[in-house]
Amino acid sequence: MSAVVTAVPFATQSVSADPKVKSRIRGLNFYYGNLQALKNIDMVVYEHAVTALIGPSGCGKSTLLRCFNRMHDLTPHTRYEGEIRLYPDDVNIVSSDIDPIEVRMRISMVFQKPNPFPKSIYENVAYGLRVRGVKARSELDGRVEAALRGAALWEEVKDRLEEPGTALSGGQQQRLCIARALATDPEIVLFDEPTSALDPIATASIEDLIISMAGSVTILIVTHNMQQAARVSSYTAFMYLGELVEYGPTTELFTRPRHQRTSDYLTGRFG
Amino acid sequence: MASISPSIAVEAAVPGVAEIRANVVRRRRWDIVFAVVGFLATSVGVVTLLALFVDLVMDGYHRLTPDFFLSFPSRRAAEAGILSAWVGTCLVMMVTAAIGVPLAVSAGIYLEEYAPRNWVTTLIEINVSNLAAVPSIVYGLLALGLFVYALGFGQSILSAGLTLALMIMPVVVVATREAVRAVPHTIREAAYAVGATRWQATRDHVLPYSIPGIATGVIIGLARAIGETAPLITIGALTFIAYLPDPPISTKPPFVSFDWLWSGFTVLPIQMFNWVSRPGTAFHANAAAAGIVIVVLTLAMNGFAIYLRYRLRKRITW
Amino acid sequence: MPSAQRSLIRPRIHHRDIKERLVEAFLFICATSAVAVTTAIVVVLVYESAGFFERVSIVDFLTDTMWTPLFAEARYGILPLLCGTLLAAGVALLVAVPLGLMVALYLSEFAPVKVRESVKPFLELLEGVPTVVYGYFALLFVTPLLQNVIPDLPGFNVLSPGIVIGIMIVPYVGSVSEDAMRAVPNALREASYACGATRLQTTLRVVMPAAASGIAAAFVLGIARATGETMVVAIAAGQQPNLTLDPTEPAATITAYIVQVALGDLPHGSIGYQSIFAAGLVLLLITLLFNILAHLLRMRFREAY
Repeated sequence: MSAVVTAVPFATQSVSADPKVKSRIRGLNFYYGNLQALKNIDMVVYEHAVTALIGPSGCGKSTLLRCFNRMHDLTPHTRYEGEIRLYPDDVNIVSSDIDPIEVRMRISMVFQKPNPFPKSIYENVAYGLRVRGVKARSELDGRVEAALRGAALWEEVKDRLEEPGTALSGGQQQRLCIARALATDPEIVLFDEPTSALDPIATASIEDLIISMAGSVTILIVTHNMQQAARVSSYTAFMYLGELVEYGPTTELFTRPRHQRTSDYLTGRFG
Repeated sequence: MASISPSIAVEAAVPGVAEIRANVVRRRRWDIVFAVVGFLATSVGVVTLLALFVDLVMDGYHRLTPDFFLSFPSRRAAEAGILSAWVGTCLVMMVTAAIGVPLAVSAGIYLEEYAPRNWVTTLIEINVSNLAAVPSIVYGLLALGLFVYALGFGQSILSAGLTLALMIMPVVVVATREAVRAVPHTIREAAYAVGATRWQATRDHVLPYSIPGIATGVIIGLARAIGETAPLITIGALTFIAYLPDPPISTKPPFVSFDWLWSGFTVLPIQMFNWVSRPGTAFHANAAAAGIVIVVLTLAMNGFAIYLRYRLRKRITW
Repeated sequence: MPSAQRSLIRPRIHHRDIKERLVEAFLFICATSAVAVTTAIVVVLVYESAGFFERVSIVDFLTDTMWTPLFAEARYGILPLLCGTLLAAGVALLVAVPLGLMVALYLSEFAPVKVRESVKPFLELLEGVPTVVYGYFALLFVTPLLQNVIPDLPGFNVLSPGIVIGIMIVPYVGSVSEDAMRAVPNALREASYACGATRLQTTLRVVMPAAASGIAAAFVLGIARATGETMVVAIAAGQQPNLTLDPTEPAATITAYIVQVALGDLPHGSIGYQSIFAAGLVLLLITLLFNILAHLLRMRFREAY
C-alpha cells in the first residue's frame, strides 16, 4: 500500500537501531464484568521512546494504557488476563500477586483533564514523594525543582510555589501534573489524551515537552489526534474494537500501513 | 515479535524494587488498620441501637401484658398502663396528618411545579430550610404562645396536633420536592401535548408517579412526630390522665363529634418521660415497657420508609 | 362553523382557567405558610421576651451567674444555662467528631458497596429513635456504666447525656460529611492513586482536605442539633442550673429549663412563664448562628466544586 498520509509532519523522533525493550505485553485480555474490552494484545514498548496508542473512541486504547498502572483495580468487577512484563526485573505487572501501588510507584500517569490537587504548587509536585514517606525538606526541594524544570514550568512558578496549583492556567496546570508525574523518577509515564482539554498553544508546549522527555523516560501516550501521534511518537499502535490491529515505527505505520483498517482510519474514512 | 527478545537480557532486579516493595508493605498496613478502625466506628451506631433495645427489653418486657395497654396511669406502678397515652398519640397523629400532610405536600408541589424563579420563591425556600433547623422545643414555645393562648385552643389535642404538623412540615416538603423532581419532564410534556392544564398534568400524572416518594417522607415525618416529646411538654401536655377524650364517632346523631379536639391529653413519649423521672425501678420498668412500644412503632415506620425508598430506587428505570 | 367551534371551547377554557388559578393560589398559600411559621416563631418569642426584659435588665440577664427563677429571690442570669447547654454540646461533639468523621471516611472511601448499603439503613434507624428513649438509655444504662469507671459520678451528670447525644448525631454528621466527600471529583482520587498513594493516604491527604469545608459544615450542623436537643439532658443531666465546666456534675441546659418550667404550673403572663421565651430566644439565636456558619462553609465548598 502506498503512502496514504503525506501531509503529516514527522518529528525528529528516530528509531534507534537496537532499541531496548521496556515492557512486553503478551496475550493480554481485559474485562469489565462480562464485557471484554481488550482482546489478546501482544506488543512491546521500547525504552526511552514515545509510543502512541491511536484508534477510534471505544477501541480500548485508554483501557490498555490504564492496565499499565493498574488503574482498573479501582473499579469493581474488572479482570486482567495475560501479561504485561516490565523490564529489567521481568515482573508481570497485571498479575494479582503484584500490588498495584508498587506498579504505580514505578509508572506514573498524566490525565486527560488537568487534575491538580487543591494544594500549593509545591505540594502538588511533592505529593508522590510525600506519600512514599520522603520528609527531608532539602530532598523535597531539590526534586520538586528538578521536576518543575523537567516540565518546563520552573521559570514560571519558582517565585510562587506556595500558591494553589488550581490557580494556574489550563496549560500550566497540565505541566504541573506532568511535573507531579516526573517527581518520583518513574520508569514509564502514561499520558491519557493529555492535550484534549487544552488550546493549540498549550498543546504545542506539552508536545514539545513530551518529545524532550523521551530521552530519559519511557512514554506511552493515548491520543485521538493522528497528527499528534505523528509529531511526538517513534512507535504507534493502532487499535480497533479492543484489538491491536497494527503496530510499528510511526513513520512506517503512517506511510505504509499494512492493514486496510489502519489506512481507512488514517485517511479519515471512520473514527 | 519473538525476534526482539534477544536484545533484552533479563538483568538483575532493579535495585529500587526491593525498596519499593518494603515501602508498599509498610504503607498498606495502615490501610488495613484504618479499615478495621473505620468499621468499628461505624458499628458503634449499630451496637448502640442493639444495646438500647436489649436494655429496654430486659427492663420492661415483663410489663408488656394486655393490661398494660388497657390501664390508665396509676400511682401504683404495677397497675399503671398506657391506655390514655396510646389513645392520645393516635388522636394527636390524626390531627398532625390531617393538617400537616396536605399543607406540606401542597407547599412541595408549589415549589417544584409552579414557583417562578423570583425572590418570593427564594424566601420560601430559605424559610423551609431554616424551619428544618429550628429545635423542636422552639415549636413548643411557638405553640404555647400562639395556639394555647393567643388563639385560645388551650392545652388540647388540637394544639398538639397543629404543633407537630408544623414541625414535620420541612421533612415532608423536602421529600415531596425530591419525589416530584424525579418525575421525568417527558411525562409532563406528554400531558400538555394532549391539552392538559398545569394542574391536570400535576394531578393526573406527576402526583401518581411521585406518591411512593412522598409517602416515604410522610412516614418518616410522622414517625418523628410520634416520638417527639419536648414541644408537647412545652404546650402543657398533662402527664397524668385517667380518662379518655370523647370518642370521635357515636351511635347517636350527628354520629361524628369533634369534642375530642379540645380534650386534654397525654402521649406515649410523655408517659415514658413521666415514668423515667420518677425514682424507683418499678416505674422505670413501666418506662422501659412504654419505650419498647415507642421504639417498635417508630422503627417499624422508619424501616418501612427506608424499604419503600430502597424499592423505589431499584424500580425507577426511566 | 368556526364560531360554533369556538363557542364549544371558550366557556370550558374560561372555567378551567379559574380552577387553575384557584389551585395555584391554594398551593401558593400553603408554601408561604413556611414564611408565616418562621415569622410567628420570631414574633411570639420576641413578644414574650419583651415582657420578660421589661422586668429583668438585659445586662443582668447576660452577666448574672445565677439562674433561680423559681426561688423567692429570683435571679435571671442566662450564663449557667448557656454553660450547661454548651457543655453538653461540647461533650457530644467530642464523641461525634471523631466517630462521625471515621464513619464518613470509612463509608465514603473504604467500605465495600455491600457493607455501605447495609450499614446506612441502620444508621438511619438510629436517627429515628425518639430522644426520650435516648434519655432513658443515658440515665439508666450509660450513667451506671460510667459509674463503674468514675465511681463518684452522680446519678445526674452532663457527661452521660453528652455522650449519648454525641452518638445520636453521628448518623447525621456522618451522612452530611459523607455527601461532602462523595462530591470530591474522582479525578483527584485517580491523580492520587496514580502517584502511588494508598487508600488511606488518598483519603487523608486528598479527599478529606478537599471536602474540609463541607465536613466542617456537617459538624457545625451537628452542634446546632446537640444544642437544641432537649429530652436526653432533661432526663439525665439533672435540671439544676450550674455554672460549671465539669461534665461530671449535674447541670441544666436551656432546653431542660424550658421543660422544667412547662411541667410546673406557672400562670400565663408571669415572669417565670416569660422567662422560658427569653431562654428560647437565646436558643434560637444560637442555632441560627450555627446554621448561618454552616451555610457559609457549604457555600465555600460548593464554590470549590
